Amino acid sequence: MMLATFTLPGFPDAAPVDGLIGGGLIGLAAAIMLLGLGRIAGVSGIAAKAAGLGGSGMSRTGAFAFVIGLPLGAFLVMLAGGGGDPSFAGTVPLVIAGVIVGVGTRLGSGCTSGHGVCGMSRLSARSIVATGVFMATGIATVALMNAAGWEVLS
Amino acid sequence: MNMRPLIALLSGTIFGAGLTIGGMTDPARVRGFLDLLGDWDPTLAFVMGGALIVMAIAWRFVPGMARPIFEDDFHVPTRNDLTPKLIGGAALFGVGWGIAGLCPGPGFAALAIEPLGAAIFVAAMFGGMGLVRLTER
Repeated sequence: MMLATFTLPGFPDAAPVDGLIGGGLIGLAAAIMLLGLGRIAGVSGIAAKAAGLGGSGMSRTGAFAFVIGLPLGAFLVMLAGGGGDPSFAGTVPLVIAGVIVGVGTRLGSGCTSGHGVCGMSRLSARSIVATGVFMATGIATVALMNAAGWEVLS
Repeated sequence: MNMRPLIALLSGTIFGAGLTIGGMTDPARVRGFLDLLGDWDPTLAFVMGGALIVMAIAWRFVPGMARPIFEDDFHVPTRNDLTPKLIGGAALFGVGWGIAGLCPGPGFAALAIEPLGAAIFVAAMFGGMGLVRLTER
């Protein structure tokens, strides 16, 4: 939402201040989950639990409440003028990506939140390795798609 | 009154707000970060850094707490074995993340921003999770 107009030299499109503020809020949310409920705020595991597909050990009601909160928080930011007008991939790439993300996060026991934020911050070896691996394959995927000229975002 | 669902809702809401402010509900931002070999957008590194700083502090409180504030026990993962399943799963996840520029958190948050696209992604993700669930039964 460009809370600040400070830009990084060499990266005019980057939003470092908004990134830090948004990241700080994500950390705060994960801290509330950890210190309040004793659980990891891993979105893939909690979402699986909410859908009855295994995942987090928290209560299904709590899992539902957390998942409902995600779009609610986004909605509140939109009310304040944030959120922008992002372009999404088309149906086919969204379905392919969604299925792969669903399979990958269950097999890999987590995603960007559980491994990338919660696990890395406590120096979990599994999370550090997982994060390095999904960053690497994500970078490789974008590079290959760019090389092949497959543009998914309009 | 059982406060736990309210605490979970509060956590999810702040999480969704943070994702949105940080630009993570915009697939172009996320794919821009992953485009390390092209036109790189470092914003996601700041999001991750901000979250890691706060969580690194939060973890320091855990050893001194007898129990979480609203629960009876901490349930923190204890495994430290690096299995092919972990690495293969993470590798797959990264591919899906790169294709559409969405991971699970932003997928749900974006239901408020780009409802149709986010719903397609989330439904497909649940389908993928269901496939794994079927094979594990």
